[in-house]
Amino acid sequence: MTAPARIEDGAPLERSLFAVPGLHCAGCIAKIENGLAPVPGIASARVNFTSRQVTVEHVPELQLPELQSAIEKLGFEAQPIRAEVVSAASSESRSLLKATGVAGFASMNVMLLSVSVWSGADGATRDLFHAVSALIAIPTVAYSGRPFFKSAWSALRHGRTNMDVPITIGVLLVTALSLFETLTSGPHAYFDGAVMLLFFLLIGRVLDSVMRDRARDGVTALLKQTAPGALTIRKDGGTEWRSADSLAPGMRMIVAAGERLAADGMIEAGASSFDLSLLTGESAPQQAAVGDKVHAGTLNLDAPLTVRVTAAGPDTAIADIARLMEQAGQGRSRYVRIADRAARLYAPAVHTLAVLSFIGWIVVGAGWHQALLVAAAVLIITCPCALGLAVPAAQIVASGALMRSGVLIKDGSALERLADADRALFDKTGTLTLGRPERTNLDALPADLRPVALALARASRHPLSQALRRALEAEGVAPAEVQDMVEEPGFGMFGLFEGKRVSLGRPDDARGDLLVTAFQIDGRQPILLQFEDAVRPDAKAALERLEGFGIGSSIVSGDRTDAVAPVAAALGLTAQTGMRPQDKLDAIDRLKGAGHKVLMVGDGLNDGPALAAGHVSMAPASASDVGQTAADAVFLGDSLAPVATAIQVARRTMQVVRQNFAIAIGYNMVAIPLAFLGYVTPLVAALAMSGSSVIVVGNALRLRRAAR
Amino acid sequence: MTGLVLLIPVALGLGLAGLAAFMWAMRSGQFEDMDGAALRILIEDGDVPDTDRRGD
Repeated sequence: MTAPARIEDGAPLERSLFAVPGLHCAGCIAKIENGLAPVPGIASARVNFTSRQVTVEHVPELQLPELQSAIEKLGFEAQPIRAEVVSAASSESRSLLKATGVAGFASMNVMLLSVSVWSGADGATRDLFHAVSALIAIPTVAYSGRPFFKSAWSALRHGRTNMDVPITIGVLLVTALSLFETLTSGPHAYFDGAVMLLFFLLIGRVLDSVMRDRARDGVTALLKQTAPGALTIRKDGGTEWRSADSLAPGMRMIVAAGERLAADGMIEAGASSFDLSLLTGESAPQQAAVGDKVHAGTLNLDAPLTVRVTAAGPDTAIADIARLMEQAGQGRSRYVRIADRAARLYAPAVHTLAVLSFIGWIVVGAGWHQALLVAAAVLIITCPCALGLAVPAAQIVASGALMRSGVLIKDGSALERLADADRALFDKTGTLTLGRPERTNLDALPADLRPVALALARASRHPLSQALRRALEAEGVAPAEVQDMVEEPGFGMFGLFEGKRVSLGRPDDARGDLLVTAFQIDGRQPILLQFEDAVRPDAKAALERLEGFGIGSSIVSGDRTDAVAPVAAALGLTAQTGMRPQDKLDAIDRLKGAGHKVLMVGDGLNDGPALAAGHVSMAPASASDVGQTAADAVFLGDSLAPVATAIQVARRTMQVVRQNFAIAIGYNMVAIPLAFLGYVTPLVAALAMSGSSVIVVGNALRLRRAAR
Repeated sequence: MTGLVLLIPVALGLGLAGLAAFMWAMRSGQFEDMDGAALRILIEDGDVPDTDRRGD
């Protein structure tokens, strides 16, 4: 750590945010928070486990790369995120939660008073109780009703109607009439009905909003993938760290091994291999030397390079993909959720009924006051307590069930769209396969040399070394003592074992095939270790289950044909290969044109636009951030089975949602005639509303075991 | 009847206290990290993990 800055009292502190996807237990929280606190210059570190983020308060002298390496020294991969893109998202949930809290408080207290009235309080006591209820209910309606009023107003202004219009009219009308009753010492006040309606409906809104919050903006994540900045060479030969948005074409940047590029550029000095999986989805590292073009967001694996910037910021290839994703995602935002489709039928029907009952009572000779009271009762009893909860309750229970079986669903509409899917497209690398080098010919390595190889492999961050380490550790091998270990970038690890030279690294004659590493001891014939990207263990079974749901699958891959062919053959799928992001988009559009609802399953940045364009999309948890955020659902673990499970649960959920609609409609068939005939007293309204809500929620709870 | 004069304000006061507590919890960010809160009780106090101090 350079510049061991001390924290002075009152000195301005900076706040930096890091995404740490590797957080998974209480131990991780303690390790990061306690591990960062003693680092000089860091005032505090706080983990947000829900969003897998760490907020670090530190002195301004401490820069992002240093903070990042401090977290990485604790054993966690960290990506800086820009603070301004994170906020705002949760503010809607928060204000909804506040409104719900207020409505909950009000309905409890008003109910306390209402129960006394129902059980026989009359005269001055009843009037007093009504007056106190009014004092609580009116401010509550004004505060907690705002989300509905706003939405209803904007719908009316555009000449449309939605579910919030009858809610708004019902609540306002009932409150006004109840106030009138209170002032004229009338027998019935519906304050409890009004605030309870708001309370139940707000619960539905909060559930929905909480689910949506878990989703993040895909474009935001793209910013995370590009490096936050780079070390540039100044004109006087010195170096200077510049943030990514202040980089400009013509600058020269130094890219260390293991660092992501912050801009597109051309290599001026050095040779290395690049992990392009972010852009192309191809698993094998690609070699690059002087004169080759390299792209922002790709990972420099082997050796330090000097790169002249050719395009920065919005001109980079990664930014192009971001734009493509944004466009592709627009189609999805036009999807109309099932609750809104129901409301389109429901709202006009409710309005008509209320008007009819008002006219009916006027016609048979009742006063306007009584006719209005009946109309208000019709509005409030048909007002969709059960309908408002029917969808979000089922969806949140289903998403909880899916979460326990390893699928994270981002929002309710994703579940609805998953249930529709009738065609699946899979990316190969990292989706059908594990996306990491695996399955080596370990037998080639004699048992007595394995500890030595492990010692060398452990010390390097190269993907092949890491794969070898995993394979050897799985065999229960313990590392040997190896002295004088050095990593020569681009060549491998070298060291001394019992006085003999040992090495692990690039074979001398490795042309093209980069999934090979050579282990050599004491100048003997090198032992070649071959790696391959294995197919997910139960991919075949999962695809068969999908087939059973009537969903046919095929492969769309950016990889070469000869790399895709064995996977396609093993799984019995057709495949399209060598596809760029735009080609994948076109493939989806063609299927869409043929009337299919496409489920896209992919992981890389190159799949981002396709993930955004698919009717619905899923990504493995090992996917790039872009893949994860563009996808509607993320599945954990090495198995592909969760994809089929998600479809199964989504279809079950839609079944329950339809049952809930049926319950809500059945309830209305009983309640509306009662309200029409004027039998709905405040007590009946309260019982009917809470009764139907409880039934709907109870029905939704049956989904808890849907994922089994 | 005189009991009501006392009991109604008490009931309302308790309700308001609950609401105030909820609002305070909300504003002080206690609902920001629900999953983390569930895990933090597992962290033992004063349990300083054996992280090396890394040359500072």
